[in-house]
Amino acid sequence: MRSSGFATDPDIRELVAFRTAGQDFCIDILSVREIRGWSRPALLPHAPSYVQGVINLRGAVVPILDLAGRLGLEPIEDKDRNVIIVAAIQNRTVGLLVEAVTDILGVPASGIQPTPDLASEATRSMLRGVVVQDSRLIRLLDVAQLLPPADDAAA
Amino acid sequence: MSLRILAIDDSLTMREMLRQTLTEAGFDVVLAEDGIDGLTQLPDVAPDLILTDLNMPNMDGFGLIEAVRAGDVAPRVPILVLTTESAATLKERARQAGATGWITKPFDEHSLVSTIRRVAAV
Amino acid sequence: MAGAIDLKDIFFVEAEELLSALEEGLRAIQTGAQEADTVNAVFRAVHSIKGGAGAFDLKPLVNFAHRFETVLDALRGGQLQPEPALLGALLHASDHLADMIGASRNGSETDPELDERVILALEAQAGMGGHKEEEAFVFEPLALDGPFGMDLSALPLASLQRKVVLTFRPHSGAFASGHDPAFLLRDLCGTDEVEIELDQTALPAPGGFDPGQSYLGWTITLQTERSDRELLAVFDFIEGNCDLHLEAEMETPPDPDGTLPEPNRAPSPVVTASAPVTPPPKPVAAPKAPDAPAATSPQPAASASAASTGPRPTIRVDIDRVDRLVDILGELVIHQAMLTEAIEQSPGFGSVEVDRSLDQLRQLSRQIQESVMAIRAQPVKPLFDRMHRIVREASMAAGKSARLVTEGENTEVDKTIIERLADPLTHMIRNSVDHGLEKPARRDEIGKPTEGVVKLSAAHRSGRIVITVQDDGGGIDRDKVRQIAIEKGLVPPNAELSPQEIDALLFLPGFSTATEVSALSGRGVGMDVVRSEIAGLGGRVGIASVRGQGTTLTISLPLTLAVLDGMVFEAAGQTLVLPVSTIIETLRPDIMMRHTLGRTDSVLDVRGRCLPLIDVGAALGFRRTLKPGEGEIVVVVERGDDGAIALMVDGIRDQRQVVIKGLEANYGQIPGIAAATVLGDGSVALIVDPSDLEAIGPNPPRPNVFLAAE
Repeated sequence: MRSSGFATDPDIRELVAFRTAGQDFCIDILSVREIRGWSRPALLPHAPSYVQGVINLRGAVVPILDLAGRLGLEPIEDKDRNVIIVAAIQNRTVGLLVEAVTDILGVPASGIQPTPDLASEATRSMLRGVVVQDSRLIRLLDVAQLLPPADDAAA
Repeated sequence: MSLRILAIDDSLTMREMLRQTLTEAGFDVVLAEDGIDGLTQLPDVAPDLILTDLNMPNMDGFGLIEAVRAGDVAPRVPILVLTTESAATLKERARQAGATGWITKPFDEHSLVSTIRRVAAV
Repeated sequence: MAGAIDLKDIFFVEAEELLSALEEGLRAIQTGAQEADTVNAVFRAVHSIKGGAGAFDLKPLVNFAHRFETVLDALRGGQLQPEPALLGALLHASDHLADMIGASRNGSETDPELDERVILALEAQAGMGGHKEEEAFVFEPLALDGPFGMDLSALPLASLQRKVVLTFRPHSGAFASGHDPAFLLRDLCGTDEVEIELDQTALPAPGGFDPGQSYLGWTITLQTERSDRELLAVFDFIEGNCDLHLEAEMETPPDPDGTLPEPNRAPSPVVTASAPVTPPPKPVAAPKAPDAPAATSPQPAASASAASTGPRPTIRVDIDRVDRLVDILGELVIHQAMLTEAIEQSPGFGSVEVDRSLDQLRQLSRQIQESVMAIRAQPVKPLFDRMHRIVREASMAAGKSARLVTEGENTEVDKTIIERLADPLTHMIRNSVDHGLEKPARRDEIGKPTEGVVKLSAAHRSGRIVITVQDDGGGIDRDKVRQIAIEKGLVPPNAELSPQEIDALLFLPGFSTATEVSALSGRGVGMDVVRSEIAGLGGRVGIASVRGQGTTLTISLPLTLAVLDGMVFEAAGQTLVLPVSTIIETLRPDIMMRHTLGRTDSVLDVRGRCLPLIDVGAALGFRRTLKPGEGEIVVVVERGDDGAIALMVDGIRDQRQVVIKGLEANYGQIPGIAAATVLGDGSVALIVDPSDLEAIGPNPPRPNVFLAAE
């Protein structure tokens, strides 16, 4: 039994909030496997620029994506101070490199609003909606969209 | 003490079916894959009853029955043959080889057990 | 019952084995095997399938198998001769039986009309046409045909209670056949009111008693509602081993002469002297082990031959358990590497004891690995056996005559590799028949036997499995291939291509040489798919062809998908691994050995042999140019077929076993990279596929990332 108050309410979704490229994002906690520090990945040949490489996660080889780069934002510079959110996306395990994890939110379904027109088209397609919390606008990522189809994989 | 049966069939499916059916019916079952295998196991198993298929490689059911009857390990053990057909000629051959009776495949637990009861103390 | 195995699953597994035994046997007969054993084995395979199918009430299968078996029985009995046309029909029926079982396994059925057509064709070929409906095979529930050949159906059924008197005297042969009169009497009595009279007049004088003989008889008087037929059915097993006489009063008339035919047995000895009453002899009970020590086993010859010819004992193990073992082994190898690394950096390093222990640990873990891999290894025979059918069907569809010859079927390969080889191999075989072999008329014209031969062979060669598909057809028409490639825009019209390069065009996506699209190759699978499937197994495909003499496709595969011997090296600041099995030599070339061709291509002159020179760091896109001190070591590696290439690297670290970790699951396939591994320090290193590296060239294809795990 979990003691946290909102977890028992089926209407409440738990979201992991984080910052990268100066913006706030969140993803559903159910897709998060673990959060870990940066370790130097092995480079992958001919990979898209946002693919940082692969790391060993308890015997599994897991690719690391720079989320900011993936969203078309300024890529992360100082990687040593950043964190990797290991997420299960469809049947794959992928590490998302972000600046920092900020919060775990409990948000009712009604608290998730449609994506406003302020994002670029490329970014919008990867968002499910936004959450406003303490006057911050937090973008809810559609993780399935982070893994590109083959045609723009090398873009 | 439950009745100990040596069941001989070259078909894995049949062996497994015999094992499951006979075990569920409360018998003690030892399996063999063909006549030679059955004969080899006979002294150790000392069965109260032998169930055997007729058509098998290496040594068929007829050969097995003749060998058991001619040997001195268990020459008078009841032997039931498993036949796919109820063809009279096969039965007659089996009988002449020394079979005690027969069971027609496919069998269910009831027919299997009731036939065993006809020739052995259950 | 806990853990009861699903019988139906067992049946299907067994049916598969039986089907391949059936096919193999038929093929053996086709090539002239005359042994009765072969025909018997073929008969038995169909017979066992029928038996199993009957147990699961798979009626169409039972019917088909029964009629199939009837033909085989005639072949077995010599009424039919194994003529080519009959064998063709038998093989066709065997293929169809496989289809029926396959359908049944998936819970469906084949088209009943097709079933009928196939079996009718066989029966017609066997001269057994005019299959009559009433001959359709039906399992009888339990034998109820009467003893002594009496037509029991002629006997009226009794409905009222009546008095029946039976006299019954077993022969001595009855005891020899395992009968016990006690059980018969019990069954005969049932719940009726019974009077039994023992006739012991035949008992011998004291001292003359032989427990093997029969001295007793019984007269049983029943008040019963059971019919004569039911009563006699009790004795059906003992028929021929007893005297039996039934006399019924009232409703049921006795049978014509009142006695049952005397069986052809020597009459029991009759001794008239009176004797004390003894219980009926019970010689039935089998002597238990103490009476029959194993040493006096009655069939020593039989036992001995079982030991020499019988299969070695085996166990069936859930494949998941073996896979788990392989996983754990992978962890073991990684931790062993970590331990070695830690010790090498500790003050204790260099001590003889530590060194020796580490060495032993390494050897042990290698032995465990080899043993585990041996568990997973299986002969390629079942896979090869399946290809006979492919050749039959492909040649029939293409109007060609072809025969498959297999070699090295006992070569053992990892189970997973075997499973994943089925599709590419099927396609290669089809391709050989379809595109490789000429039509019979053409072959005749040029003086070849009309029947083409496709040879499939497997062998272990320097730590890899090599599988070849060789046809004796016309070979690759290189002008035509080049022409098509140009038409399809796969190569520029002015391209200068070597014969090997032209052959390699066949593996390009979208290439097909068939001018007329045949039913078989119109399936949208090309050799490019074969190539990528083999690459997915860490293998490579090579092609060689001699005009007019045929084409050989060669697959080279690793022995296992779990561990390989790797050479760890550095390039462009990255740690990478090369499979040791591909390495021919490493050298430190001087400037004189290197030559430039055109603007960018370099070759290395190794003892007079010019090898393409590739900078691994650049080929993988990690750098554009070499800095001083980089690329000073060259590793010469094998290329798919006979050739070699030279790889420039920055430094060699060491050689060790590495555990293969797939990249496909979480990322995708990368050109030039076979897989990844985890090193002793926990970091990831990519395993380079050298044969692929050369193909990348200056314009690397886009990696198919994030797509594999759909």
